[in-house]
Amino acid sequence: MNTKVNLAGVELKNPVMTASGTFGSGEEYSEMIDLNHLGAVVTKGVANVPWPGNPTPRIAETYGGMINAIGLQNPGMEVFIKRDIPFLKKYDTKIIVNVCGKTTEDYIEVVERLADEPVDMLEINISCPNVKEGGIAFGQDPKAVEAITREVKRYAKQPVIMKLSPNVTDIGVMAKAAEAGGADVLSLINTLTGMKIDINRRTFAVANKTGGLSGPAIKPIAVRMVYQAANAVKLPIIGMGGIMNAEDAMEFILAGATAVSVGTANFRNPYAAEEVVKGIEDYMKKYHVEDIRELIGAVR
Amino acid sequence: MAKVKEIAVVASQTRLGDDVYSMWIKTEEIAAQAEPGQFVDLYTKDGAKLLPRPISICETDKKKGLLRLVYRVVGEGTEEFSHYREGDSVEVMGPLGNGFPLEAGGKGKKAFLIGGGIGIPPMLELAKHLPCEKQVVLGYRDALFLNEEFHPYGDTYIATEDGSTGTKGNVLDAIRENGLKGDVIFACGPTPMLKALKAYAFENEMECYLSLEEKMACGIGACLACVCKSKSVDEHSMVHNKRICKDGPVFKAEEVEF
Repeated sequence: MNTKVNLAGVELKNPVMTASGTFGSGEEYSEMIDLNHLGAVVTKGVANVPWPGNPTPRIAETYGGMINAIGLQNPGMEVFIKRDIPFLKKYDTKIIVNVCGKTTEDYIEVVERLADEPVDMLEINISCPNVKEGGIAFGQDPKAVEAITREVKRYAKQPVIMKLSPNVTDIGVMAKAAEAGGADVLSLINTLTGMKIDINRRTFAVANKTGGLSGPAIKPIAVRMVYQAANAVKLPIIGMGGIMNAEDAMEFILAGATAVSVGTANFRNPYAAEEVVKGIEDYMKKYHVEDIRELIGAVR
Repeated sequence: MAKVKEIAVVASQTRLGDDVYSMWIKTEEIAAQAEPGQFVDLYTKDGAKLLPRPISICETDKKKGLLRLVYRVVGEGTEEFSHYREGDSVEVMGPLGNGFPLEAGGKGKKAFLIGGGIGIPPMLELAKHLPCEKQVVLGYRDALFLNEEFHPYGDTYIATEDGSTGTKGNVLDAIRENGLKGDVIFACGPTPMLKALKAYAFENEMECYLSLEEKMACGIGACLACVCKSKSVDEHSMVHNKRICKDGPVFKAEEVEF
């Protein structure tokens, strides 16, 4: 039985990874799960300098989901390189670094700095709804998506994943823009912009007023967008958005995702990503599927 | 041993008054490791409520493998917990965070143990473990709970906002009214209380340890939701932020900014 998948020349032992921002750099979860079992660990966003993030409260629970406005707090690339890469190198899993920035130059600074580090792939976060500059501002304009993809590709030594925003009218247009800019892989979806009102305190539930909605509440939207993007471009796609278990992951794979990311589920079940790996194998056994690649985009 | 997530069995549940409940759960591995001031995450059975509810550990019975959780019903999650009965199961992860530093309350010292509202429960296990002389100061809105259980461990002083018992006002009013003096403060409660205690400790040159609370998701330090402002640049974050779930919930007062 083959569970290996190939993303722009990078072979993953299985298609399961962690969604950026939900897993740190894996250290905290390594106390509870074996990172060796994962296809890849996708790190929390790394910027050129440390970012303090947004004021608290930064999260709120919603029905079948949660809203976060962490604001990409991160220790900056130098600490990341010194501390987090050596930690992840101890494990037999691919390292995908999520890169965030406020300007094109910020992204490039991180990409250039990581060029000679033992990092397997770069995921460019142009879709965070919680930062004013950079983030979503890039991800909602196809011209900007194409331009930043092209710029990043000029400097990147590793394959480049462009992480797309669902907060757009036509995801196919955005996917094509990233492809035109030279992206190697796409990942989608990032969170949907949401809001929750605390009716007892009569205020916003998160200090930033709006935040990114994630969790099973957004899964049908994510599956639809992965399907649309897969039909719009030839690039491999990493699907994510509300994957809680292997059945959810299979929906994304059948819709056209080559790999999947487990995000918010980690908060409810620290073993979720490992369980998805096992559950996909069980699914393949149940339906006598020899190679996972037979399932990618099998529903047309 | 590390933190674990497992299915615990409810050993008993009683209502302490108003919306406050006391639940003993059998969870041997977590009970074996638990220290005063740590917390656990409880998960609702309803999958539409994704996030765990962080609840402080009120008491630990290591011999029987039991934890006591005293919590207030504030929403649908805690409402669900309040309906659990003996024999029901509950998913729990822990022990989480760092507890109170027991060495700061060594013999010969005189400590204030201060709890405000639903910050009172974790002070009970602490009271059992601190060898120093203890003065317990408890602040309530109105109805009392747990107060009598502190009596074996030290003199107990009560403040109520409505003045129905003890000093009318807050815990600092009770401290002043009773002319209490001490060397070290251990406290858990609402942020305005902790902020006032930090200032009081500074004015009175007392050592002070505060247990903080914030909305949490992962409970183990990965998601960075539950941060507090720190005085110095934290070596994990490289900015002025500490993680309440992982670096706390107990902090030395000087370390945190309100």
